[in-house]
Formats: sequence, structure tokens, C-alpha cells
Amino acid sequence: MQVSYYPGCTLKTNAKNFETSALAVLDRLGVTAQELEDWYCCGVCFSQASDNLMQQIAPIRTLVKAKESGNPQLLTLCTMCYNTLKRSVEFIKADEEKLETIHKFMDREATRFYGDEVDVIDVLSLIKQIGLDKLKEAVVKKVKNLKIASYYGCMLLRPKEIAIDSPDDPSIMEDIILASGCENVYFPFRTECCGSYQIVNEPDIVKTRAKKIIGSALKNGADLMVILCPLCYYNLDEVQAEIRKEDPRFQTLPVLYITQLLALLLGLDLDIHDFSLHSVDPRPVLKRKGLL
Amino acid sequence: MTKKKAISSRKLTSEDADQLHDISGVNVYACYQCGNCSASCPAVEFMDIPPHLVIRLAQLGFIDELIEAETPWICAACITCTVKCPRGVDIAKVMEGLRQIVLRRDFEHINIREIDKKLREKLPQIALIGNFRKTIL
Repeated sequence: MQVSYYPGCTLKTNAKNFETSALAVLDRLGVTAQELEDWYCCGVCFSQASDNLMQQIAPIRTLVKAKESGNPQLLTLCTMCYNTLKRSVEFIKADEEKLETIHKFMDREATRFYGDEVDVIDVLSLIKQIGLDKLKEAVVKKVKNLKIASYYGCMLLRPKEIAIDSPDDPSIMEDIILASGCENVYFPFRTECCGSYQIVNEPDIVKTRAKKIIGSALKNGADLMVILCPLCYYNLDEVQAEIRKEDPRFQTLPVLYITQLLALLLGLDLDIHDFSLHSVDPRPVLKRKGLL
Repeated sequence: MTKKKAISSRKLTSEDADQLHDISGVNVYACYQCGNCSASCPAVEFMDIPPHLVIRLAQLGFIDELIEAETPWICAACITCTVKCPRGVDIAKVMEGLRQIVLRRDFEHINIREIDKKLREKLPQIALIGNFRKTIL
């Protein structure tokens, strides 16, 4: 099986270990993710203004490239990219007049995109589509009592029109964790915002959020937290180290991309993980649980 | 918001209120002030006006007061309020509308040059680009 793949900017820099681990896991499960020959920044935050068509052009251009690739599905690993591309599809499908205006700016594109030709898919839904049984079969390292807190963040669940699961009570991450042989830890902050880009100007908001999210996962007995969004990753991993500097009593929790955990359980090459990218070192707990 | 505000027909029919409606496409009058948005907002403790009050003030035409407030800039568009609203009011779009009114008058809310160089090099691009939505568009 083959899907087109849209990396987005952060997967090529801060989140390299997300890209390498996800592509390796998918490869093991029989899916080839073929990177688009040409792609553009999605714009990160979907423009919510009803009259701002300029910010829809970049995501639509990428979708044109995806259509030209011939694959019916376009994989996005970064959840911000997923959210922006998916909402742009919904935006043009809902309004023919706006679609027409956007098309007028597509001077260099020979192909027209109307909304239904490409299915934008996130990695969790893709794994579910491949089959949780297949994932279960592929697991080579059996672990005992490894308790995982799955953190969804916002971008895969809201708004509800593009949600991959129930926005209030999702279970797709927990289903994957269960199939991979780990135990789930439920904590009330798993779908709450980490503070997002406020890290740039209002870091106190992110610190407050990170303390609550990490504290809640630890209180419920988590050994590790798994996530998908590279921005949540920064806000929950890097910021933990900053909080620790200010408050030595703060207890830290290692954070991994969910595909990194799966790669370890599937026994894939350890070189795909660059553990130096982690501020809270996950290696001690991984060694203790027999994954390293 | 401790000062008393006078409601007048001039406020209710102001051009700013029309602009907010045009940009956001949201009918704020559907709100019946249940407060679910403020109860679910993860950043409400940092806001000067809680989300349900933003909608109330928008209903009454207090757009000047809203665009001077910090709340729209604290909102990071996590869309929890919109999902929780029993009346289908897209509060996140109202916040975007308020930010847009300011930015379209050529008022920068953040200055990129003021972002610490070390931080700028360390942050993921998605944090920076997301934040640039608060500069002139």
C-alpha cells in the first residue's frame, strides 16, 4: 500500500525523530509513504476569518500536488498540518464561489482541486486502517506494566467537523497502545490545550498548562507520555526542563512521539531515535522496561 | 471591567459590530450565557474578560472594549469553547474576528524583532509561524 506524505516544516527540523520513527513503523506495517515532490508551508493556524482566502492558497496548492501524485490518501504526521489541510478542504467544499476565487490565484497549477479527490489522513487513523490486529502481530518486544498516558492535544479533535475521533472522549490512541501490549493510563487533561504558540510571547501560560497536564498523568501512574504534535512536544518536554530549573521539586515525565514507542516495540533499528532531542531523557525508563 | 458601561443604540448598530460579524460569520445573538465556554477554556485564568462575557459584550456592541482587551490574544484557538457550546456559537471565530479587526488597522500586536534570538532558534517553526498570526497580515 502506498500513500502520499506531506511532512511540513517542523518534521524536517525539530521533529526529525517523529518522521523517522513514523516512516519506519509504517514501512514495517506494509505502507510506503511517498513524500510529495513539492510542498509548501500549510500556514500552521487555519485562518478562521470567513473572508481571508489568501491563507487558504498554500494548503490548497499542497493538495493540488497531492492530487497530481495519484495517491488517494495524503498522510500528515504533524497535527497542525493535518488540521490546516483538512479544514481548508472543508472550507472550499462548503463554498463554490470561494473555491472559484482561490482557483484564480493558481497560475502555476495545471490541476484543479475540488475537495474530494484527496483524503487527508493522520498517522493514528492510518494505523487503525491498516488494522490493529496487524499491529499486534508485528510487536516483537513484550513489555510488562508499561503505563502510557496518551495525550491528544487539540488539532486532531477540534473542530468536530475534522475530528478523527470523539472530541469529548476519544479512544484511538488508547486502542493503539492496548494493541501494542502496553497499559493505558487515563488522565483528565488528555484532550486539553498545552498553550500552543503562546510559548513565544506568553510562556507562563504554557508552563501552567504543562504542570497540570504532566502532573495529572503522573498522579495517575504514567511511566511515559506519548503524543503526536511537535508543538505539544516542545511545550511538554522542553518546558518540563525549564520548570525543573525553577522548581527542583517538580517531578518530570518522559515524553515520546507515539511512533517512537511503537518503533521500539516493533524492534526497529534504534538509530531512528535521536534521544539527544529529548529534554527529559526517556532512556532510564525504557531500559527499566526492557525496551533498550 | 469594573467601570460601568453605558449601552446605547449607537453601540448596538456600530460599524465595528458589523465588521466583527462579517469577518467571523458568527451570530453572537444565539448565545444565552450558559458559561460553558468560560468553564472549559484552558486559558481563562490568564484572560481579562472571560469568553462568555466577550460574547455578551459583542451582543451589546462593546467592540472597542473588546479590541482593547487581552483576551483575544490569550486565546490560542484550541476550539474547546466552540465544541462545548450548546447553541452552536463559534466563539473561537469571534476571537479571530477581534484579532483581525486590530490587525487590519495596521496595529502589530507582537514585534518579531523582540523575540529572544536564542528562543527563536530553539523553537519549532510551527510555534513561530502560529505566533506570527498576531503580526500585521
